Amino acid sequence: MVTVSPSQHSVASGSGAASPSLDRHGLSDSQLIDMYRTMLRIRRFEERVKELFLEARLYGSVHLYIGEEGVATGACSALREGDVISSTHRGHGHCIAMGLDLAPMMAELMGKATGYNHGKGGSMHIASLDHGMLGANGIVGAGIPISTGAALGFWVTGRPNVALCFFGDGAANEGAFHEGINFAAGLKLPVVFICENNGYAQFQSVQQDTPIPDIATRSISYGIPGVIVEGSDILAMFGAVRTAVDRARAGEGPTLIEAKTYRFEGHFLGDPEPYRTREEVAHARATRDPLKVFSAQLQQLGVATTDDLARIDRQVRDEVERSVEFGEASPEPSEDILLTDIYTGADSHGRTL
Amino acid sequence: MAVLSVSQALNMALREEMGRDDRVFMIGEDIKDSTYGVTRGLWDEFGPKRVIGTPISEIAIAGAVLGAASVGLRPVAEFMYMTFMMCAMDQVVNQAAKSKYMFGGKAVLPIVYRTMAGAGRANAAQHTQSLEAWFAHVPGLKIVMPSTAYDAKGLLKTSIRDDNPVIFIENKVQYATTKDEVPDTDYTVPFGVASVRRTGKDVTIIGLQRMVEIALEAADHLAEEGIEAEVIDPRTIVPLDLDTIIKSVKKTHRVVIVHEAHERVGFGAELVAQIVQHAFDYLDAPPARVANPNVPTPFNRILENLSIPSAAQVAQAVRGLMR
Ligand SMILES: Cc1ncc(C[n+]2csc(CCOP(=O)(O)OP(=O)(O)O)c2C)c(N)n1
Ligand SMILES: [Mg+2]
Repeated sequence: MVTVSPSQHSVASGSGAASPSLDRHGLSDSQLIDMYRTMLRIRRFEERVKELFLEARLYGSVHLYIGEEGVATGACSALREGDVISSTHRGHGHCIAMGLDLAPMMAELMGKATGYNHGKGGSMHIASLDHGMLGANGIVGAGIPISTGAALGFWVTGRPNVALCFFGDGAANEGAFHEGINFAAGLKLPVVFICENNGYAQFQSVQQDTPIPDIATRSISYGIPGVIVEGSDILAMFGAVRTAVDRARAGEGPTLIEAKTYRFEGHFLGDPEPYRTREEVAHARATRDPLKVFSAQLQQLGVATTDDLARIDRQVRDEVERSVEFGEASPEPSEDILLTDIYTGADSHGRTL
Repeated sequence: MAVLSVSQALNMALREEMGRDDRVFMIGEDIKDSTYGVTRGLWDEFGPKRVIGTPISEIAIAGAVLGAASVGLRPVAEFMYMTFMMCAMDQVVNQAAKSKYMFGGKAVLPIVYRTMAGAGRANAAQHTQSLEAWFAHVPGLKIVMPSTAYDAKGLLKTSIRDDNPVIFIENKVQYATTKDEVPDTDYTVPFGVASVRRTGKDVTIIGLQRMVEIALEAADHLAEEGIEAEVIDPRTIVPLDLDTIIKSVKKTHRVVIVHEAHERVGFGAELVAQIVQHAFDYLDAPPARVANPNVPTPFNRILENLSIPSAAQVAQAVRGLMR
């Protein structure tokens, strides 16, 4: 009899929050600064979205990415032209990391005609196929088979691209997780699975829902590498994802990366958060804020001074403010579009045009 | 008698039934912290073996209640949005609905699948579906759609005591805003008995769930124009109280059906077919439907409102039949 235990399997662990890495993985100064700017665009965008929601200037189900910026930014920085991602209900950070513009994003959150989805989707469904962003998603776990399918498309056509799949710790308990990853692993498809373990699935803690300490160890059952990374360390995140992306592009198949992260805000805007203490949140904000960690890394590496970073912050705040102005000045969608876009090449009854 | 909201009435029904019968238990995602307040306090009162929080695993929930019912329990599963049940359709449709028949009658499966439908809160296309017709199509399932707090309590108790898989549909908007008198006594509301919410002689309006409120609002407007509408709430669509509906149509000679679900192959289509079959000679005008115009629910709230039937549309449909 042979007993397989997680310890016999290589689940690589990146550096912990206490000791952020200083390995710049060959990234140039300007690439590093761009990554900082992307993280800050996510943070400031989300902060503004929260204010606007509380002032009833935008509406809907809104799930903020604050605290998790290092994961999307580090991961998407490892992508190339033509690569794609699938996202989740907590998708604003993924969108921004894929280079979507803030103005049509903000307009979409306001349901305006100028939004990425012309106001038909809102926060939970922002998509921009031109950017390789295959869509935020209201269904937990749904992106896993979808990104697997994008990778299948690359595999069938020989297109040298990779799909990145973001999903939460909660999604790892959906049937779609097992079916999607097992299928991708069997064909060695070019897809990288990134589990954003932020400690909670809605109001339930990951400890309550998942009887193993690390979701990455599930990689064992699919015969693919599993990697654990501290999500507040963007350099570690970038390193792990680039290795996995290179591997996928070389035809060696998927990797399951578990990013340990933390969401600083409630599950959705309006969440009273009875399931966790203020102290827990304050501790995470103090020790695992990806922006603070990266700002320290950049200074230690001599890439930027606090003045440089403050200047970027002012530029980003300006950009966010312009996105709000754009959204608010934009018109509501015309009532005529209610019945458009249901089919391609057919009217709302499915009749060929 | 206390005036309670639908979610408070449902909470009362669950508490009473769990207290009455220790085979009754609840299972679902986030039921401890209850987003809409329906399960509030029950975990504290009954503990973790009666109120079971699960991982985000709809297939496991839908199948677990079937298995638990097979060994003598009376489970109540919660799917916060009907949309999430789509992830678990095998267990509901291929398994729970058919087991009794396939096993030659040997299984008794007292399962309640509680879930929520309806639009009106800017939740976009995936969190707004009203798919009662999907379930009504499947033999073996009973489908319950209460429109008042009183009925919500009485029908949930009946559902829990019923020995069959029941799809118990709640409405998102009604949880907090629909309030009426709910006794704290142990009453039930029977399946298959429609409620005539307003009597009238000129037209019958049949509404499902929140659309009963829209139908009543339309009836008020129409009364000002001298048109007396009768408003019927079937309360359960499987079983369906056809007698009450047919009796009303034979009296009024006109019928309008209102539901939030898409018009195409919605439950209104079944109602029209039944009415035409059983009251054809009594009809003075073709039956009319007011429903979602076969479009996924848009996020933008102006567009969303256009996709949900309004009292004005219902009144207009009635006027169309009066000519
Ligand atoms: C299939 C399905 N089940 C349940 C839900 C309700 N829901 C929305 S987000 C969420 C929690 C998801 O947790 P996780 O995957 O960890 O993502 P996080 O919100 O933490 O980013 C749940 C249960 C859903 N949207 N889809
Ligand atoms: Mg989570």
